Amino acid sequence: MQRLFSLALVALTMAGFLPGCAVQPWVKPYERERLAAPVMQFSRGALADKHREHIHNVREGARGATGVQGGGCGCN
Amino acid sequence: MPRVCKGVVVAAIDVLRWLKQRWRGLLGGVMASSSAAQAATLPEDKAEAIFHVYDGGGVKATGPALLVRKSLADKVSLQAQYYVDAVSNASIDVVTTASPFKETRKAWDFSAETVVRDSTVALSLSRSTEPDYIAESVGLDTTHEVFGGMTTVSLGFTRSKDQVGKKDVVGFIDQALHWQWRSGVTQVLSPRWLVSLNAEAVSDSGYLGSPYRAARVFGAAVPERNPRTRSSRAIKLRSITDTQAWWAGSSLRAEYRYYWDNWDVRAHTTEVGGSKMLAERLLLDASLRFYSQGEALFYSDNASSETLYLSRNRQLSSFNSTSVAARLTYTWPGLPAGYDVKLTGSYEFKQFRFKDFTDLRTGQAYGHNAHVLQAYVSATF
Repeated sequence: MQRLFSLALVALTMAGFLPGCAVQPWVKPYERERLAAPVMQFSRGALADKHREHIHNVREGARGATGVQGGGCGCN
Repeated sequence: MPRVCKGVVVAAIDVLRWLKQRWRGLLGGVMASSSAAQAATLPEDKAEAIFHVYDGGGVKATGPALLVRKSLADKVSLQAQYYVDAVSNASIDVVTTASPFKETRKAWDFSAETVVRDSTVALSLSRSTEPDYIAESVGLDTTHEVFGGMTTVSLGFTRSKDQVGKKDVVGFIDQALHWQWRSGVTQVLSPRWLVSLNAEAVSDSGYLGSPYRAARVFGAAVPERNPRTRSSRAIKLRSITDTQAWWAGSSLRAEYRYYWDNWDVRAHTTEVGGSKMLAERLLLDASLRFYSQGEALFYSDNASSETLYLSRNRQLSSFNSTSVAARLTYTWPGLPAGYDVKLTGSYEFKQFRFKDFTDLRTGQAYGHNAHVLQAYVSATF
């Protein structure tokens, strides 16, 4: 699993070097209209996400990688 | 729509417009000299207010939360959040080993975000206080758009410090430190398909338990003993696809997270959901979530030997949780261009089933249901 996590980190870092690759962006900006539609958003609101994240953090053993920014958590 | 409500909303928008003009007047001259065009953009100005409820397992937590984000001359975007949790706790831990109690947690978050070429950089501070717990953190996050804007890479770091107290004990009894490193990439795969991969590593040191919780050895209650360090990893893959071709105004999303740590907790989280425009201004979201985890090395419902570390924290036991949720969002009509107000209500039903945690009142495996409600209004301007 440690290897899997390392691979994921390497993949994320390599993504930063994509502009140097020969592959050209295949979805042009004017083709991204549907991606901005309300139904295509991962999140509906920062506070709603934060509330849900807090509920899970204080009741489940797992944490992190949710895309919600971390912060102090009074979990006592 | 009631005419009075519409009048109130329009009046509020007029006030926001007036504030916006005043704000520009005050700061525009100072900042205008460096207002060069930028590729990445600051988040739009917005305000959110929510009332949230969690009710389940003898715990009821309710409260409001507020968020305001405002950019200064399009150079820096400032955000402030205030979050309240009024908790009434009569959970199974409390009713079997202590007395029910009430307490309030309040949290403040501040962040400042700016744009540097194709990147955004955000610095955030937070402070959460309870009568017996204070958590403070500082975080730094950056996102960078590459590959013609098809790829967004993000990196972030948060360092937190907790002061742990105990009721009827003056001052704090211990502290805990946390380091969170996160990274992510969001990729446009097609005009109708978006995926993201997130990874996060968290390291903790210090007091990582609860001074109130008891473990059991041969049926006798003893204070829990947790290791003073913990290190965890998590990776999560998300996908969202526009399904307009099959069903007008709809999308499907799926996500999976795998979590593991050096306490030997392993967890799988799977969530699938869909969104559908029911009418021009009415959006429905529905989702299913499945969570399962294995127990920590030193977890025991009732230990048959004394060990260095011992916990009966059911958060570290093996259990499953299933949730079903629905959310309805209504976009307020008739607002001036550039303004958007949404009213949202959501309900989530959660079920927790513990495999190795005995309800001492009944002798049966413990389980409970929970209800989560959110009602909120959000405005962009």
